Amino acid sequence: MFKQKHYLALGAVTLVAMLIFSLPPSAVARLKLTVGSLFLPLFGLVNTAQQLPVAAADAILPRRELLQQVENLRRENEQLKVLALQTGATSRENDQLRSLVGWQRQVPWKLKLANVVMRDPANWWRTVEIDLGTRDGVTENLPVLTADGLVGRVSSAGLTRSQVVLIGDPNCKASALVENPAHDIGIINASGPLDNSLVELTYLSGSANLKPGQNVITSGLGGIFPKGIPIGLVVDSRPVEFGLYTEARVKLSANLGALEQVWVLLP
Amino acid sequence: MNAFNTILILAVAFLAVFGEAAFPGLRHLLGAQVDLLPALMVCAALNTEIVTVALLAVFGGLWFDALSANPLGITILPLFIIGFVVCSRRDLILRGLPFAQIVLGTIASAAVPALTVLFLLTGGREPLLGWGSLWQWLVMTAGGAVATPVIFALFDWCNHALGYQPRTEISFRSDREIHRGRRK
Repeated sequence: MFKQKHYLALGAVTLVAMLIFSLPPSAVARLKLTVGSLFLPLFGLVNTAQQLPVAAADAILPRRELLQQVENLRRENEQLKVLALQTGATSRENDQLRSLVGWQRQVPWKLKLANVVMRDPANWWRTVEIDLGTRDGVTENLPVLTADGLVGRVSSAGLTRSQVVLIGDPNCKASALVENPAHDIGIINASGPLDNSLVELTYLSGSANLKPGQNVITSGLGGIFPKGIPIGLVVDSRPVEFGLYTEARVKLSANLGALEQVWVLLP
Repeated sequence: MNAFNTILILAVAFLAVFGEAAFPGLRHLLGAQVDLLPALMVCAALNTEIVTVALLAVFGGLWFDALSANPLGITILPLFIIGFVVCSRRDLILRGLPFAQIVLGTIASAAVPALTVLFLLTGGREPLLGWGSLWQWLVMTAGGAVATPVIFALFDWCNHALGYQPRTEISFRSDREIHRGRRK
């Protein structure tokens, strides 16, 4: 039943697999990026195809509609300018107070916009790929966010694209702070594989008094995510391990199922 | 070995992996992405030589792992195990029957993700698993089962339309025709 050819094929495939497994991590990462880059022309093609209807819709948009949009954007711009003035004043005051107390000055965030080009084809990981790489200054472990909140961190960076591991994946844990009077701190952990809008907030103290709707932000502990990035809202909480600590479910602010553009927080 | 079949299978595998990564519509709809490589492997194992099966396992596995957070090469062995078993026993399988194709597609689509997760856990990785994974597994299995006869039909059509078709010899030869009656 088993021919000699079959045994040879079995041996060859096992040998190839063993060879790949025995490669050093840096070589595996390079090989992975090289193999992955074979798909770049196809991703470019899909991106162009997706842009075509948008461009066509823009071309046939009536002038009145465009003028209305310009007016709205002008108004929004004015509002944002006033807000920026207020924030600037607050920031200067904050810097003065920090220097008086002798604290370190807060560094403003440097953000870079990236397009999400693909999602993980495997169901047991929660990662996406973005079109920024090391040539754009992206390195491993940089935080990734949207205007709504935290998305994840860069897990590996190639020359022109990077892999982002999303919050809720077992490989993306974050220290989180609940905005309540006690400022409870816990760890954002993996959630279930089906619902990507909920994550678990674990290792909260047993006496933590969480209420639904309380804000959860990054605590700044852990060294990857800076303090103050919104994560989500507390949905419910329950004591675990006979009340030794508390766990809570958090509804994420960012919609991870519909990511198209994200911001990478550069150092 | 028919090189056309091998190239066709590898090309479809490449496009299948790309499609799984680029179009997450099914994931939004059903909560899981269907993997077409096991169904493709069944088709390759029943219709081609073991060399094609090995090439599909290596390249399909590498392409899939390159676009995923899987360690590179982890999908090669599960794919090849399925291909190897089916290819070794294909003389006993009625490969032309859609029912047999569906059954094999179901088994392959259930076994490949299960083996991959098993290898990941054995390697100390921590994939995202829970009760919802059972639903994802069912969706992948059902999706693979449905896709298998479709892939078979697609390959039959491609072979018929694009592949080399040997010219059928007919027994009639005009130079050996026996004319009855008197010659004029």
